[in-house]
Amino acid sequence: MIRGRHEFLYFAGRNRKLVAGLAVVVGFLVVAAVGPALTDYGPNDYVGPASQPPSTAFWFGTTTFGQDVFAQFTHGLRSTFLVGVLGGGLAGLIGMLIGFTAGYRGGVVDEVLNMVTNVVLVIPTLAVLLIVAAYLRVRGVIPEAIFIGLTSWPWVARAVRAQTFSLRSRDFVDLARLSGAGGRAIIVREVAPNMSSYLLMTGILLFGGAVLLAATLDFIGLGPTSGMSLGLMMNNAVLWSALQLGMWWWFVPPGLGITAIVGSLYIMNVGLDEVFNPKLRKL
Amino acid sequence: MTLKVDNLQVWYRTMRGDVQALDGVSFSVGDGELVGLAGESGCGKSTLGKSLVRLDGRMRHVGGTVELDGKELPIGDSERMHGFRFKEVSIIPQYAMSAMNPTRRIGRMVAELLESRGVRFDGIRDELLRRLELVGLDPEVLDRYPIELSGGMKQRMVMVISTLLNPSLLVADEVTSALDVSNQKAVAEALVDFRDRDYVKSTILITHDLSLAYQVADSIIVMYAGKLAEKAPTDSLVTAPRHPYTRMLIGALPEVGVRYDTRRLTGIPGSPPSLLDPPTGCRFRDRCPLAFDKCVEQPPFLEVAPDHAVACWKAS
Amino acid sequence: MLRLDHVSKSYRVGTFGGRELAAVRDVSLRVEPGEVVSLIGESGSGKSTIGRMILRLTAVTSGTITFDGTDVAGLTGSRLRAYYGNVQGVFQDPFSCYNPIFKADRVLELLREPYFAGLDGRQWRAKVERALEAVRLDPGQVLGKYPHQLSGGQLQRMLVARALLLDIRLLVADEVISMLDASTRVDVLNLLGDLKARGLGILFITHDLSLGNYISDTAVILHRGEVVETGATDRVFDDPQHPYTRSLLASVPQLHRKWDRDERRLVSEPAGEGGG
Repeated sequence: MIRGRHEFLYFAGRNRKLVAGLAVVVGFLVVAAVGPALTDYGPNDYVGPASQPPSTAFWFGTTTFGQDVFAQFTHGLRSTFLVGVLGGGLAGLIGMLIGFTAGYRGGVVDEVLNMVTNVVLVIPTLAVLLIVAAYLRVRGVIPEAIFIGLTSWPWVARAVRAQTFSLRSRDFVDLARLSGAGGRAIIVREVAPNMSSYLLMTGILLFGGAVLLAATLDFIGLGPTSGMSLGLMMNNAVLWSALQLGMWWWFVPPGLGITAIVGSLYIMNVGLDEVFNPKLRKL
Repeated sequence: MTLKVDNLQVWYRTMRGDVQALDGVSFSVGDGELVGLAGESGCGKSTLGKSLVRLDGRMRHVGGTVELDGKELPIGDSERMHGFRFKEVSIIPQYAMSAMNPTRRIGRMVAELLESRGVRFDGIRDELLRRLELVGLDPEVLDRYPIELSGGMKQRMVMVISTLLNPSLLVADEVTSALDVSNQKAVAEALVDFRDRDYVKSTILITHDLSLAYQVADSIIVMYAGKLAEKAPTDSLVTAPRHPYTRMLIGALPEVGVRYDTRRLTGIPGSPPSLLDPPTGCRFRDRCPLAFDKCVEQPPFLEVAPDHAVACWKAS
Repeated sequence: MLRLDHVSKSYRVGTFGGRELAAVRDVSLRVEPGEVVSLIGESGSGKSTIGRMILRLTAVTSGTITFDGTDVAGLTGSRLRAYYGNVQGVFQDPFSCYNPIFKADRVLELLREPYFAGLDGRQWRAKVERALEAVRLDPGQVLGKYPHQLSGGQLQRMLVARALLLDIRLLVADEVISMLDASTRVDVLNLLGDLKARGLGILFITHDLSLGNYISDTAVILHRGEVVETGATDRVFDDPQHPYTRSLLASVPQLHRKWDRDERRLVSEPAGEGGG
């Protein structure tokens, strides 16, 4: 149990997994923030000779149409992060709302919310997405994020519910009830702060999961119809036979980028677990 | 059997330094003796009990020796102690209720435990059943899972298991604390029974409840802040205690018949010193009404009457 | 002041809730102002459940609990808050009553908004200090500290101070000293005795007869959810009528009096009885 921020920072700074993972993610974040400004043309503009390998003019080479892969990469990173935050954030919000309510109230409310959770869990998201894609000719980043948010929350709800159940029977919650506090106040003031480490880790997992899911959807062509993202880059690379033509600079950066970001997020989480859980620490 | 502890020091490693939980403890236990080790939380009694059998990860044997039947016990070396555990020294741990693997039937767990000591289960089965009956447990308990037993039953089960190989020394660490009054009596009397029937030679009963120790122990040791305060035969300690701490402790125990409006009891003001950086001299002097200038020097644990030893300048 | 009339509590257990477990059966008792009633029982006797029902933390299955004539079961909202201004509880484990990530005095602060919104900073602080001094705590030593920096005795006393802030008339003390060291137990007990002298009614729930005897006027002995004996404390303890009370008194370890060694038969419960 962490006592005070001082102790947290002490252990956090010493944990290699956390520091390394965070460094990688922050690095990509910086590229996403600054990168697009380095090129004064858009990702889809035809700016150079086609199918060029990386050179000093075009750091990541060009596509079969002469688009700058580096520009695509930096713009794609931005969109990837955006979807990750929006989609993950929405899933987290819904999951926590349902999880806290079910865990605290119990009884009939719990049963109903459990049913809802199970239904959403069981829905074949891909099939639904295909149908949605068929209806929406034009899709943007926001609808994609909303879709991810609406389908990724069940495990969060389950986990939050379980934790809330166990915290609810603690004496300090009883004492809060004896102080005349209502359910919502108790959840916000007593229960959630005790789960803050867990909620942080859940947030990171949701972000990573959303990034991965978005990349997958983009890769199979169900992503936004305009704009650029890392998954879309890989989709295009496959469509235009980059692999067979040996144009590795088209699909390796986005692939590596996704892997690095999501992998680092998961490693960060393992590190955070060690920081928060005294038993896992090495003294 | 004889147990001789000489200037034992066991410390705990923590983030903020070493907690000097046991700081120079010396005493001996005779053959067939049931010694009550009493004290409040943090005094080191559990540490003392554990260090005689198994030091856990954070504990360090810093100094002193333990001799059992003339042989030195290698308490600092867990590997070498393996040969002594269960056969010569045994412990009933404090949370014995949770010490049993919940996914194993009890009989199977006992069998595995015995195999690990090189004892065949079949050979000892009859003795096991006899002892179960002695403590009032049905033999079919062996086919059950721990969760199916009540607290008192689990405690008695662990008692039987810990003494199955007739150890010379049994350490019972707070075995009655989590039990109801009726179960407490049963378990405490079972300990005496085991000693009377020679299942164990001597027992150290660790408890915070002085009145429980009074019921069954032959002599009582009172500990305070990592050191011994007093050791005496039970009746002498309770009727004529010499150490100020023992006196005040006895004076703070409510009993049936004593009422608040007729005789008001008083507690001991203050709290025990931190063992991270213990004060020099007698550790009780901050709370002791009899403290004087000599108390800045640690009083030795000296015998002031036959079998009665005290660590106090005023008493000796 | 407080009346329990034929109160029962049962739970549904087993798969599909087929069986019923009666935790409390037909219990009636009363607590008057300035009276300490000891509710004495072993684990599984239902004593804690009774305390929780009085504090409205658990619902009553049947029977009524009335405070000054009003049935407490139906209270909600502001009337429930008013009830808590008269009745408060202190529990067994001082460390678990405090949210470990906040400072200890937060338990006092939590009362400020619902009950003392009208007081300004200085008035509130003065009130807090008065309550702490009433439980013999030094405000300078305990305010602004985290729970792990204080001792069990100090935490328990702060919980009593919290109850006193509200000027309550009934305190439900559930095993409040069992987790304290012997040297501090008596101090908290004496504190309760002093509060009783000032007119506070106390329901003292405990498994330890010596404690019940020390401080209470009336003793209620509980066994498996039912009241087996009740009466003035000295009479119940001097001349117990019910066999359970007698066996309880005989089994309690006492200084200066050894157990009867004649009855050496060990307690044997039917195998399969959970809990304990």
